[in-house]
Amino acid sequence: MHVRKKILVIDKADNVGVALIALKAGEEIEYLNGSIKVKNDIPSGFKVALKNIIKGDPVIKYGETIGISSQNIICGEKVHVHNCQSQRGRGDIKEK
Amino acid sequence: MITDKSNIKSFTFKGFQRKDGTKGIRNHIIVMPASVCASPLAAKLSLASKRKVIALTHKEGCCQIGKDYERTRQTLIGLACNPNVAGVVLIALGCEGTPFMEIKSIIEETARPVELVHIQLEGGSKKALQAGLKAIEKVYYAVRKTTKVVPSSIKDLVFGLECGGSDWTSGISSNPVIGCLTEHFINAGAKVILSETTEIIGAEHILASKIQDEEVKSKLLEIVNRLEDRAKKAGIDIRGAQPTPGNIEGGITTIEEKSLGMIYKAGNATIQEVVEYAQKPTKNGLIFMDTPGQDVESMTGMAAGGAQIMIFSTGRGSPVGFPISPVIKITGNPETFKKMKDDIDINAGRIINGNATISKIGLQALHLIERVCNGDKTKAELNDYSEIGILKSEITL
Repeated sequence: MHVRKKILVIDKADNVGVALIALKAGEEIEYLNGSIKVKNDIPSGFKVALKNIIKGDPVIKYGETIGISSQNIICGEKVHVHNCQSQRGRGDIKEK
Repeated sequence: MITDKSNIKSFTFKGFQRKDGTKGIRNHIIVMPASVCASPLAAKLSLASKRKVIALTHKEGCCQIGKDYERTRQTLIGLACNPNVAGVVLIALGCEGTPFMEIKSIIEETARPVELVHIQLEGGSKKALQAGLKAIEKVYYAVRKTTKVVPSSIKDLVFGLECGGSDWTSGISSNPVIGCLTEHFINAGAKVILSETTEIIGAEHILASKIQDEEVKSKLLEIVNRLEDRAKKAGIDIRGAQPTPGNIEGGITTIEEKSLGMIYKAGNATIQEVVEYAQKPTKNGLIFMDTPGQDVESMTGMAAGGAQIMIFSTGRGSPVGFPISPVIKITGNPETFKKMKDDIDINAGRIINGNATISKIGLQALHLIERVCNGDKTKAELNDYSEIGILKSEITL
């Protein structure tokens, strides 16, 4: 039987994975190198934290920084614009 | 890499030979306004003529200065001299800044039939319409007389790569498929233009790290800095526009994430040359053109740089096409393909569903590209969905 992968982890350095199908809060999911307990409902295509990410730490996908966490993110939580921010082209931030 | 049991290394197509040595995959006659004031007549002519002609209506060409003036001039010349263009009817109001006489003589130098209709000299739009219809007939017969079809191959092609309406699937399905194609075409001797400077912000270091030539490397980093500095100096947060609301709804959180997915279109290829908007590449292989993330303006720049065919990756779905260069659209999202079948040529969403591999979809796309080069119409061509847009960066006076 073909069991569909639920989370795609693109690079081994990534601290987020991509939900390939909608994930339900409370669901335990095994992926490549471990397992997580999903904290929120996560629609397919959205990111889920594979580790705790402390506020100010990089969010990593494709093995690269895609942004900085703007609050503490718990393993299994949805990661999107509410807790991950771009650092590029930010004319609104005064450089120190 | 694309592997194929039938061992198709390089496809061939019947190309339209141009005097400058380039080969077109289409044999279009265009009606090109020199300025916004001449655009309505161009549109009218394309409807009134009994011939199939394409009006390249646009909003620029008057009261422009500096970079904008030069870019509009360069873009119009580049589009008129694109290998897919066989003949040109140039429409001028007569008092615009665009140097239409110079543009006409540059087109003549390429041995393309070209006629000029000067609205003020003709005595207004009604008389100019009649003059324009006659001009189309003249160009039509001249094109008919000079058209020469020759066997052509991938090395005669300049591809333009574009992203429009990206979502979470783009970086893992449609863009890797395009990456496969890029590697294949470059191996076969083609030029492939990667574009959209905004959409390499956050991934430029990866592209740059492969480049050996220091000059090319610093030019790539310079155009990204130039763009980012402009946003910073203006106090603008680019998150207002990039990623777009559609990108964000589609699971993309930041421009860095969008860019890191975007660069998969380049495959393993190394950038050989960085060119300005609408500039013709001189090297073979992967080229980067400094264009904006807005699809129509970006494709206009690439077509002016000589791209005969566009490969367009979309996640959310887009009907966008381009008037003179066929646009092949690939979506990575299976739902989008289901919803927008009439607009999208290739379903890379089967990769997400686990029903196909990247190389299998790559091969399917390769066969489609071969058919399109031989005259088959893309979905955007069938829908007549086309528009040009010339990039602007200064004030219009």
